Amino acid sequence: MSAGIRFLRLLAIFGGILGLGTLLPRAVNPYLMQIITLSGINIILAVSLNLINGFTGQFSIGHAGFMAVGAYLSAAFTFYLGRDGVAALAAAGVPEGVAVSGFLLAGLILGGLAAALSGLLVGLPTLRLRGDYLAIATLGFGEIIRVILLNIDAVGGARGFADIPPWSNLTWVLVWSAVTIGVAWNLVHSTHGRAFISVREDEIAAEALGIDTTRYKVVAFVLGAFFAGVAGGLFGHYLAYLHTNSFTFIKSIEVVIMVVLGGMGSITGSVLAAIVLTALPEVLRPVREYRMVIYSLLLIVLMITRPQGLFGTRELGLGRLGRRLRDLSVAR
Amino acid sequence: MQEFLQQLVNGVAWGSIYSLIALGYTMVYGVLRLINFAHGDVYMVGAYAGLFSALWLRAGTEPSLGKALLVLLFAMAVCALLGVVIERAAYRPVRRHPRLTSLITAIGVSLLLENLGIVVFGARPRAFPEIVRSQRLELGSIVIGSHQFLVLGVALILMLLLQLIVHRTRIGKAMRAVSFNADAARLMGIPTDSVIAFTFALGSALAAAAGVLVGLYLPRVDPLMGLIPGLKAFVAAVLGGIGNIPGAMVGGLVMGIAETMVVAYLAPTYRDAIAFALLILILLFRPTGLLGKREVEKV
Amino acid sequence: MRFLIQPTVGGAGWCAGVALLFVAVAGCGGGGNAEEVLIGGYMGLTGDVATFGEATQNGIVMAIDEINAAGGIGGKKLRVRIEDDQGRSEEAATVVRKLISQDGVIAVLGDIPSSNSLAAAPICQAAGVPMITPSSTNPKVTQTGDYIFRVCFIDDFQGTVMAKFAYEHKNIRKAAILRDVRSDYSVGLADYFISTFTKLGGTIVADQSYSRGDTEFRPQLTSLKGAKPEAIFVPGYYNDVGLIVRQARELGIEEPLLGGDGWDSPELFALGQESLRNTYFSNHYSTEDQSPAVQRFLQAYKARFNAVPDALAALGYDAAQFLAAGLRRLHEEDAAAFTKLAGAARAGDQGRAQARAKLRDLLAGIRGLEGVTGSISVDENRNAVKPAVVLAVKSSGYEYVTTIEP
Repeated sequence: MSAGIRFLRLLAIFGGILGLGTLLPRAVNPYLMQIITLSGINIILAVSLNLINGFTGQFSIGHAGFMAVGAYLSAAFTFYLGRDGVAALAAAGVPEGVAVSGFLLAGLILGGLAAALSGLLVGLPTLRLRGDYLAIATLGFGEIIRVILLNIDAVGGARGFADIPPWSNLTWVLVWSAVTIGVAWNLVHSTHGRAFISVREDEIAAEALGIDTTRYKVVAFVLGAFFAGVAGGLFGHYLAYLHTNSFTFIKSIEVVIMVVLGGMGSITGSVLAAIVLTALPEVLRPVREYRMVIYSLLLIVLMITRPQGLFGTRELGLGRLGRRLRDLSVAR
Repeated sequence: MQEFLQQLVNGVAWGSIYSLIALGYTMVYGVLRLINFAHGDVYMVGAYAGLFSALWLRAGTEPSLGKALLVLLFAMAVCALLGVVIERAAYRPVRRHPRLTSLITAIGVSLLLENLGIVVFGARPRAFPEIVRSQRLELGSIVIGSHQFLVLGVALILMLLLQLIVHRTRIGKAMRAVSFNADAARLMGIPTDSVIAFTFALGSALAAAAGVLVGLYLPRVDPLMGLIPGLKAFVAAVLGGIGNIPGAMVGGLVMGIAETMVVAYLAPTYRDAIAFALLILILLFRPTGLLGKREVEKV
Repeated sequence: MRFLIQPTVGGAGWCAGVALLFVAVAGCGGGGNAEEVLIGGYMGLTGDVATFGEATQNGIVMAIDEINAAGGIGGKKLRVRIEDDQGRSEEAATVVRKLISQDGVIAVLGDIPSSNSLAAAPICQAAGVPMITPSSTNPKVTQTGDYIFRVCFIDDFQGTVMAKFAYEHKNIRKAAILRDVRSDYSVGLADYFISTFTKLGGTIVADQSYSRGDTEFRPQLTSLKGAKPEAIFVPGYYNDVGLIVRQARELGIEEPLLGGDGWDSPELFALGQESLRNTYFSNHYSTEDQSPAVQRFLQAYKARFNAVPDALAALGYDAAQFLAAGLRRLHEEDAAAFTKLAGAARAGDQGRAQARAKLRDLLAGIRGLEGVTGSISVDENRNAVKPAVVLAVKSSGYEYVTTIEP
């Protein structure tokens, strides 16, 4: 694909995001905005988890732990340094919007990196584990991270972290969603992507063919964790309040359900499933008593009848046009 | 020193509850290689079954040993049935699918039981009737509540019974055969489906007993009570060696004691983390568990 | 160019479904009767401390119905919409946002646990919507901003109440603490108890903690017992306290157990039973109070709900009356502004926001309002300064012991 087309495509996406980000808040009430924003955050979570679970076949159910690390670290950064930093910069003549964005970006990246580090710490020891054991180990790590955060008073401890600067908004979420999807898509459609998939399909054969399965598994964890951390940062700065109750393994399971529903190995599936599963609880609020019962029944039925989820390993393509684009990008 | 002994008693009593639940996990994993995520919620159903039968029999206001026993047996029967139903309806259809699918199905069943519990029983925690009057036994300055003795005693009896069934009966032999190699067992004429159903029934009955005992011990029940204990009991099973029955008993006790000691002497807020820390340690250094055998992965 | 959507009908179906969902959700909410003033409420109607929310809701609803039966305020009826936050602080923030933006309420009543109020207060403050908490006692709640009010006393005071009671009435010199680290309420109350108790001359021999929702307290209780206290202060919520008391007595701890208003619930008896002997807690009112306001409230509540109202119900009632008093004064002083508060909110309606600001000012000036829980006057921090009662727990109810003045 020529550089020209790529540039135009990026411009279109960026323009679309800016447009949505500025117009939607005016057109739509704040409650609906909350659902849309949370959908965006869940998209980031689902796509990043799909990298680990779907494409690399490492069944991780501790994703909420990475999200929590990113959320708390970025919130602590902006809480303790952000406000004063913005004031200091304002005194030096920097416009407030720029300063705020700068600090938020720094916070998010820091949070993502911290989450990536914890992804490394989780990924390395669990390399030898398979299937069920891996799942439980990641669950355990997620819980340990949560309990550690619960005991840190500087970020609110057991009572929650209040009064976080509410600097994130839909535009930020959309930008990062696009980045996540872009990175995941490009990674998967490259030779690295084939390596990930080979680890999923038959790890021993892949190893025998000379693929460094260890490296790919760790990379999957680290990348997935990074984006989960960013999602967490966006989440914290949106709600302006954090509590470890939001990051229990139930949250991890919710993200897993999104990935499974969408199809493990389908990025567009994850995106759609994330949107649906964020909006669904709100729509079902009137029958909230039965909502979770319906949810869990749906999950069981889905597993029995269509375990590959909505899209399996396929993407929602644009038919022949989509296939041509994909072929072009692979042939680079 | 007295205090330490008292804490030890606390830990052992609490641990025996974990053991009872862990046994169900380990048995099901043994025959099906499936982590039955819903097991903790079967324990919850057992507690509620005990609650309602106790209320109906008025075992709380007019307690008697007979009534208490009936409550226990009723709960165990209900959950044995529940276990069989779950296996038949949710797990058997996905038995031939990849392990991941079964795992997610199990998660789905767990969520279903919890939320059905909320709808049917109400999310409000409820007090469990005192079906056995509590007495205090004092040995020096160690005070042991009779409930602690009871929990330990009943758990031990049930575990002994289980060992008897597994090692001295034909069905037990069949269970061991299926857990060793399901296909070979079937080829030898063992009705694997029935054996698996029986395993589920047995494990669920034990979980129910744990539920009733916990109802008596705490004394509170609520629909989400199975969530965390279920996970911890699973860790206990892994600790002892998943698929290994004495392992589950040992793992449960170790878990209970470790948890109690951490809460008493370190920091209570780390109580939940200790279970998972133990898990990670055991998976890293001795994945087959304390009493497990080494498994070779064949390609 | 032909755009083909490749995958299954299922996939396309889902897309359509998603679109429909958004339309459905967008269409919900809003709307309002011009003859009604809409008030919001958020509290835990389900969850581990559900009786708090239920009782508060009862009190609020009873007050609103009484006001409407007497003709409403300024010719308009009051309508209250109460959302369940399941007792969780994240949910509290979410439902308050929904009440303010989606439903367009002009004021908010809630929550009961201080942690939840702390999560929601910044949202109300930022939106310029007055929030009145009936029973959150942690001082930090009203410190959030000048739109946040409370009609109960605060924990600086409540902590001293039990400390004084222990030291002066029960002659206790050595106390132990068992606090809930998960709630601001419990941690704050424990700290204030400790500071007053030590100032009076007592010593704290042990300080243990647990997390709300824990079920097994024997390790902590065994440890506390080893320190040989003369009393244990347990400033937690009833659902945990019930178990703590049971397990403590089983372990042989017969010393008095003391607590705060978080104990107040009919469920306490179901959970604690005979173990509740020799326990005391501080509360906002006593049913034995013979004043006409209390007795009238008791009769009306019993007739309607067939139960004895606890302090949560009384405070819910008082909070609603407090808001109504503010609305009445607004109507008297600026009827035009009052009418702005009725009916649905229109986008960009400055008049409504200004009316809310006026309401806030009037609420801040309320003095001497006769409530069930005492005379309500808000101080400069928008807290109510009131006396506390100490109640002893008996097998089927509470027994009044004494009153402690601020």
